[in-house]
Amino acid sequence: MRLSRPARIALRIAALLGFAAIYVPLLLVLVNSLNPDRSSSWPPPGITFHWWADAWGSAGARHALVTSLKAGVGATAAALVLGTLIAFAIQRFRFFGREALSFVVVLPIALPGIVTGVALNTAFRTVLEPLGVGLGLFTVVVGHATFCVVVVYNNVIARLRRMPGSYEEAAADLGADTFRAFADITFPLVRSALVAGGLLAFALSFDEIIVTTFTAGPSTQTLPIWIFSNMARPQQAPVVNVVAAVLVLLSVIPIYIAQRMSSDTASGSRI
Amino acid sequence: MSDTERAAGHSARRPAGTLAGRLHRRPRLQLSLLLSAPLTWLILAYLGSLTALFMSAFWTTDTFTSNVVKVWSLDNFTTILTGGVYQQVALRSVGVALAVTALCVVIAFPVAFYTARIAPRRWRPLLVVAILTPLWASYLVKAYAWRLILAEGGLLEWLLSPFGLDGPGYGLTATVLVLTYLWLPYMILPIHTGLEQIPDSLLDASSDLGARTGRTFRSVVLPMLLPSVAAGSVFTFSLSLGDYIAVQIVGGKTQLIGNLIYSNITLDLPLAAALGTVPVAVIVLYLFAVRRTGALSSL
Repeated sequence: MRLSRPARIALRIAALLGFAAIYVPLLLVLVNSLNPDRSSSWPPPGITFHWWADAWGSAGARHALVTSLKAGVGATAAALVLGTLIAFAIQRFRFFGREALSFVVVLPIALPGIVTGVALNTAFRTVLEPLGVGLGLFTVVVGHATFCVVVVYNNVIARLRRMPGSYEEAAADLGADTFRAFADITFPLVRSALVAGGLLAFALSFDEIIVTTFTAGPSTQTLPIWIFSNMARPQQAPVVNVVAAVLVLLSVIPIYIAQRMSSDTASGSRI
Repeated sequence: MSDTERAAGHSARRPAGTLAGRLHRRPRLQLSLLLSAPLTWLILAYLGSLTALFMSAFWTTDTFTSNVVKVWSLDNFTTILTGGVYQQVALRSVGVALAVTALCVVIAFPVAFYTARIAPRRWRPLLVVAILTPLWASYLVKAYAWRLILAEGGLLEWLLSPFGLDGPGYGLTATVLVLTYLWLPYMILPIHTGLEQIPDSLLDASSDLGARTGRTFRSVVLPMLLPSVAAGSVFTFSLSLGDYIAVQIVGGKTQLIGNLIYSNITLDLPLAAALGTVPVAVIVLYLFAVRRTGALSSL
C-alpha cells in the first residue's frame, strides 16, 4: 500500500502521541517518588530521596513483596503443569468435549475477576474451612493458578501448532520411545514458549488484586493489596509512591528476559 | 511393521520403555493421563464454585440477620430486572465497556500501523517491547498515576489552566479514560500482529488492480484485521465490564456493576450472585459472537 507523504507524517505524529500518552503516567510515578511534598502536588517543589529511604525500611511493604513472590511462584508452577497438559491434550487428540474444554480454559480470564473471586471465596469457605484449611497463601495460589493456566496454555498450544508432528515421528523411527522423544525433541522446542508463558503467568499473579482480595483472608497481604490499602492513607502515600516507582522500574526485567528467550511468543500476546 | 510395533519392540528392553510402549499403544490412556489433573482442577475448583455461586443467586437473605435462606425463588432476578437503579447501572457498565473498546480501537490503529508498517524494520521489535512494557507495570500503579494526574492541583490541571480549561476531575469520564489507558496495549498488540502478517504482495496486487490507498485499506486491510480487533476487544470489553477498582480510584461517585456486586457481597450474597450473572451473561454472549470471527483461536 503506497501511503502519501502527509499520511505517513500524520501516522508518525499519531503514533508519537500514543507512545507519549502511554509513558507520561509511568514517568510521573517515577518523578513523584522524588517529590518532597507529601500530597504529591504538581509541579514538585524539589527533589528528595527521603521517601526511598523510608520505603526501604518499611516492614509492611517488604512483607507484602515476599508474599507476592511466593504466590506468584506457586501459581506459575501450577499453571505451567496444568496449561501444558491441556495444550498437549487439545493439540494431539480429538475427543468429546474438546471444544468445550478450550472454551472453559479462557473463561477464568474473560469473566470478571469479582465473579471468579466471590465464587472461589464461597467455595473455599464451605469446602476447605471445615477441613481446617483457612483462607491464606494456599488459597491465593489456587485462585491465581486458575486464571494463569490460560496464558501457559495459549503460549504452548501456539508453539505446538507450528511444530510439525513429523519431528516426533522421525524420532520414533530412529528408535526413541515416547518419553525419549519428548525429552529430546518436543521439550527443547516448546521450552521458550514455557518460559514466555511462565513469565506472563507470574506477572498476572503478581499484579492481581481482585481475586486476591477474596481468596487471601485477613492475614495474608500481597503487594497490590498493600498498595491499595495504603494508597488512601496520607501518612503512607510517599512510601506507596516509591513502591510504585520500583515496580515500574522492575517491569523492564521480565520484558527483557521474554524478548531474549523468544521473539515470537513474547510479542504474540499477553494471555 | 507399523511404528507402534517397532516402538514396542524397542521398548521391551527397559522398564521405562515398556511403559512408553504401553502408553503409545493406548492413546485413550494417554489422553486421560493428560487430562485428569487439569479437568479435576477446572471442574472442581472453578466450574464447581461458579455453579455454586450462581445457584445461590436463587436463594434469598433474611433481612434481619443477613443470613442466607436456602429457599428457591426468582426474587433476586425480579429485583434486578425491575429495579431502575440496577438497570441503569448495568446499562452504564455496558456503555463504559463499549466506549473503552471503541476508544482503544481508535487510538490503537495509528500506533499499530506505525509500528507494523511504517517504522524502520530494525526498530519494530523494540517498538513492540515499548508497547508491552506498560503491561508489566502494575494495574494499581497505573490507576494511581492517573489519580495524581486528574487530582486537584495535579498535572492535568497544571497543563490546562493556562488555556482556561478544566480537567474532567474524578467521575465517569475519568473512569473511561483510565480504563482505556489500562487496556490499550491489549488492543495495540493484536492489531500490530495482524498488520504485520498482511503480505506486501496483497497490497501490491490491490494497487495493481487500480485501488487507491483508501480503497485498499477498506477492502483489503480492514477485513483482514477484523479477527485481530475482535481478539483485542475481548480484553478491553470484558476487563472494563468487570472492573470496580479503577472506578473506586478515579470514578468519584460513579457506580458500575462491579461496585454493586462488591457492595452487596457481605450484606446480601444471593443478590450479589444474581448481579454477577449480568456481566457473565453479557461476556459469554460476546465471546460466542467473537468466536464466529475466528478471533478466539488467535488470542
